[in-house]
Amino acid sequence: MQGLAERQQDFALALLDATRAMPRGLLGPDGLPSRRRFAVYRNNVVAGLIETLKENYPAVHRIVGDAFFRAMAGHFVLAHPPRSPIMLSYGEGFPQFIDGFEPATALPYLADVAGIERAWNEAYHAADAEPLSANDLLAIDQDDLARARLTLHPSLRVRQSRFPALTIWRMNIAGGEPAAVDLEAGGQDALAIRPSAEVVVHQLPAGAAAFVRALGAGKSTVAATIAALEATPYFDIRTMLAGLIEAGAFVGWSLEREAGGEP
Amino acid sequence: MTVPLRAGVGLKPQHYREILETAPNIGFFEIHAENYMGAGGPPHRYLAAIRALYPLSLHGVGLSIGAARPLDQDHLRRLKELIARYQPGLFSEHLAWSSHGEAFLNDLLPTPYTTETLQRIASHIDEVQETLGRQMLLENPSTYVAFAESTYAEPDFITEVQRRTGCGLLLDVSNVHVASTNQQWDPFAYIDAYPLGAVQEIHLAGFTPETDEKHRPLLIDTHNRPVDPLVWQLYAHAIDKIGPTPTLIEWDADLPAWSELLAEAMRAEAYMTSHAPGQEMRLARIG
Repeated sequence: MQGLAERQQDFALALLDATRAMPRGLLGPDGLPSRRRFAVYRNNVVAGLIETLKENYPAVHRIVGDAFFRAMAGHFVLAHPPRSPIMLSYGEGFPQFIDGFEPATALPYLADVAGIERAWNEAYHAADAEPLSANDLLAIDQDDLARARLTLHPSLRVRQSRFPALTIWRMNIAGGEPAAVDLEAGGQDALAIRPSAEVVVHQLPAGAAAFVRALGAGKSTVAATIAALEATPYFDIRTMLAGLIEAGAFVGWSLEREAGGEP
Repeated sequence: MTVPLRAGVGLKPQHYREILETAPNIGFFEIHAENYMGAGGPPHRYLAAIRALYPLSLHGVGLSIGAARPLDQDHLRRLKELIARYQPGLFSEHLAWSSHGEAFLNDLLPTPYTTETLQRIASHIDEVQETLGRQMLLENPSTYVAFAESTYAEPDFITEVQRRTGCGLLLDVSNVHVASTNQQWDPFAYIDAYPLGAVQEIHLAGFTPETDEKHRPLLIDTHNRPVDPLVWQLYAHAIDKIGPTPTLIEWDADLPAWSELLAEAMRAEAYMTSHAPGQEMRLARIG
């Protein structure tokens, strides 16, 4: 007789692959196999995961419509079933999947809109932390500022797009009004953050995404500024720092060790 | 805080604010453990506020106790942390499996009732109770198929798991109705055969009626509508036998207004009052 491990192996494979035969020995009340009954489990798994994606990607759902979304999400679900029982975070790879999903190539911004939704979701569930105020940061000695390392808020996420993805996202969330968008109008960088109760999504000025990324990688303020200047010559550090502080982007700071360290 | 012998409802984000604003007179709230396994954010903030006012029951849907493979140690650790943080009066999980290899299948899948499954489930429950340092409740499943290799009837299987592990039980009366309809069992006989002495909580939920390829009734456990009249009858039968028991209205999809959900819970309390064995004895003496 088949053991439990093989039984579950067969069952699981048939759930995720509709072309496989139904496992043997799954019976209706007359003792005979019932495909319709097994199909309930297959449908529960696939439809349940599609529903989870729909909850986590509402703007993508609104943009493409229910039928297209279900078809696209159905492909994703079978190719990338969850790796964790925590459904809050299911669909991490969905933006990348959309980027490579052939039928969606007519909407080249769609993957970037999905990226913003993912950033929003991660910010929503991230650890809580109290942002530093401008006054807190004034405590950093002027001479030390360049080599200071600023610690980013744990909920902070940055997404860059060569399309106006943030504008499109805003038009397609609850309360948004879809309207014509000029896709040639230039890219947008978005910052999602939850400084206290609610998630806020800001548009970042040019260079800020590179600056924040460098800080996130543990670089000093001066090294991050260089990274930003490499991204754009029009980088205004004062305005940008003021904006980031206002957004609650920083939760701490430390001083970078001198090269070679203390003797 | 102990969960009282009253009715409660599943806590949903759509109802957080109304619950805090109206402070309804309800016995307890139940949460799905996995929905509170994020690091922070609004779910924890609302849960902490609601937990300060009400007893809590923690209901896991992801531990995969019926799986052939070992339990996920990270998941057990997360459960232990949630229990330490929110101090639930009850903790329950399912007689089901949902993980296979690296994949989590996000459904409560059925297990054959064999000696091998019995040993596996009993050792998983032992491990859960030892790791968490408390008793867990095991919930009977809603099922759509039977396994050719099963050698136990479901209530007998659950009786044996309970006897071996000393776990408590969550009697899902709707699941009894759904499984009994689908498998053509007698649901009243099921309840009579269930080890009722170990039941510490009851679940009630709505289901969706469909049919299979031979036009036999096939009930789907959808938790998306009011409790069916037949399930209320079965509930009354269970309460007649075991007395008032913490009873949860499970409503997870197509959510109603808060007032409708609360009314379902009050209906369960009315059944508890009118069907408790003690109550009937008292009335009999007066009469």
